[in-house]
Amino acid sequence: MALVELRNVSKIYRLGGEEIRALDNVSLDIEEGEFISIIGPSGSGKSTLMHILGCLDTPTSGTVCLDGIMIQDASQRELAAIRNRKIGFVFQFFNLLPKLNVLQNVELPMIYSGVSGGERRKRALAALEAVDMVNRARHRPSQLSGGQQQRVAIARALVNNPRILFADEPTGNLDSHTGEAILSLFRKLNEEGRTIVLVTHDPEIAAVTPRRIEIRDGRIASKIDLTLAGLARGSVPASPASPVS
Amino acid sequence: MALLTTIIVGIKEVWAHKFRSFLTMLGIVLGVASLVGMAAIIKGMENGMKETMVAMGGADKVLLQEQDVPSYQEHLADQAPGRTMFDVQALRSSAPLLRLVSPEMRIEGVIVTKGEKMVVPAELCGVWPAVIDMNLHTLAHGRFFTDIDEELANAVCVIGTGIRDDLFGSPEETGREIIPIGETIYLNGQPFTIVGMFERYESEQEKKERLLRKTSPAEPQVGPPRRRGFGRGGWAFRRKNYTMYIPLNTAWIRFRAASGRDNIPDPRLSDIDLKVAGIEHIETALQQARNVLMLTHRGIEDFAFQTQENNLENINRQIRNARLSGGLIAGISLLVGGIGIMNIMLASINERIREIGICKAVGATAFAVFTQILVESVVIALLGSVMGVAASYGFVQVLQLLSPTANEPVITPVAMVVAVAFSALTGILAGLFPAIKAARLDPIVALRYE
Repeated sequence: MALVELRNVSKIYRLGGEEIRALDNVSLDIEEGEFISIIGPSGSGKSTLMHILGCLDTPTSGTVCLDGIMIQDASQRELAAIRNRKIGFVFQFFNLLPKLNVLQNVELPMIYSGVSGGERRKRALAALEAVDMVNRARHRPSQLSGGQQQRVAIARALVNNPRILFADEPTGNLDSHTGEAILSLFRKLNEEGRTIVLVTHDPEIAAVTPRRIEIRDGRIASKIDLTLAGLARGSVPASPASPVS
Repeated sequence: MALLTTIIVGIKEVWAHKFRSFLTMLGIVLGVASLVGMAAIIKGMENGMKETMVAMGGADKVLLQEQDVPSYQEHLADQAPGRTMFDVQALRSSAPLLRLVSPEMRIEGVIVTKGEKMVVPAELCGVWPAVIDMNLHTLAHGRFFTDIDEELANAVCVIGTGIRDDLFGSPEETGREIIPIGETIYLNGQPFTIVGMFERYESEQEKKERLLRKTSPAEPQVGPPRRRGFGRGGWAFRRKNYTMYIPLNTAWIRFRAASGRDNIPDPRLSDIDLKVAGIEHIETALQQARNVLMLTHRGIEDFAFQTQENNLENINRQIRNARLSGGLIAGISLLVGGIGIMNIMLASINERIREIGICKAVGATAFAVFTQILVESVVIALLGSVMGVAASYGFVQVLQLLSPTANEPVITPVAMVVAVAFSALTGILAGLFPAIKAARLDPIVALRYE
């Protein structure tokens, strides 16, 4: 069984009397250990898809199964627990809490999963180690550069050892050099066995992932799966990829 | 554990906005200070009232009072005997549940003179020695009357210190305490010998002030002369100090001869005071006294008992009223403080919508967010209440200068606990709505919030 299974998922918003189909009958499988990008222009529904995949939202119809749990039936409380234990988020604007220092930011998810103080610190330091940010543990987010902040955010996403990592435009707020470094960090994490879903509007960035899913008007427009083509993971050149139909 | 973390984070959040938090707390500080201060002043009032009651003879004193005959005995009204020595003798021999029977014959309109000085006693009474126990007097100098004085109707008297002060000079004026035992003074021109003098009666407050004056001379008055409000000094104590007692027989023969019938001086007493053997048997004892008196009065009910219970009830009612009005005002200021907290919490969560979204995205449940906001609100309220308790000491000092009562306010621990508990409750109530609002935030909307 796949790590994530979407079956006929639709999400319908009602604005006034008008129906907006943000997602229209989407089916998708994500296997354990995959590095996948969801690509599409703004308004295409890719954010909605990520929110549903990330348990921030529930679908109007269809089923979502994450690690064997049916999301569409879960209560808010259960969703919070799933977000806490099974999912890590990395955002475009880093979203670190400005009042906490780096270490406390990384400890945050563990507070909600009830990890004791000493254990929290140990694991937070280990996660910072993995993103090479241990020496900044006592700094405030405002004292760090964008790339460093994003590394801290990644450490925070990893600290509860989630089954899947969602990154929403993780390089969108970084210069191309720093963005490249963050992408290679993702690649490294994927090589270590992490499942990573990258959401972006930029085909250039999507090109680093072996598998790409293009969303247009709430539907899956095309799938490119280089893994099936026999190409090794992570060896894809970061060159502009033209949409292949 | 999780709660501790929440509290620490809450305190940090409050600390991060020190000035704002302090302003918010101010409402609670004032509320708590007024609650504690109000309770302290009322406690002082209560102490003063109880002190006054003891000065007037204590809780177990019962007054036997004259009363108009009931309407069905209207035709017998002219035969009503009033209270006389017969009643006293009958009660003493036939009402064993009464511990003490003290007859009093009050004499009005007497001017006491000594040389060129004069005084009008607040109370000039012919009494039995039982009056000492009845009115809780303490003899400081000399002796009280004996049965011989009573029997022979001797012209002797026992005075309070106020009378001494007016006739011979007070210790404050003369610099030494004059003890006028053996001196002769004149009651409407009749010579009486002073055989005894009571101690000086004063409230706790007066005593303190007097001792203070003794140790440190009064500072020169600055500005216009200031008067304390009404009632300062305690009328009950003043009245007690201006008491003058003479033997009952002396009073009867020397001052009542002009009134009365059949060549007998008016035998009616102005007061019969009773003390019961035990306050718990007061009902039975009064019934017994009533039976005896119905006999001596031949069934004419021209008397009534007035117990201090009525007085006590009065005191309690006044205290209750004062508490109610004071509590209401303090409650309103706490409420205003609570509204301030709610206001600032709403502003605070509005500022932190994105933060709340992040917390929810990394796995905070609605309950965790709810507790966080609530704890912050309670932290503000509790810090405010602690400051309020501290401020109440100063507040009470200020109120003491303004308050009309003679009694020192007493800050009670109960009032503090109640005030802190109420402000915690205020914090919870004020935090409830913002906390629910924060907990209900949709994480997606919150994350997008700019």
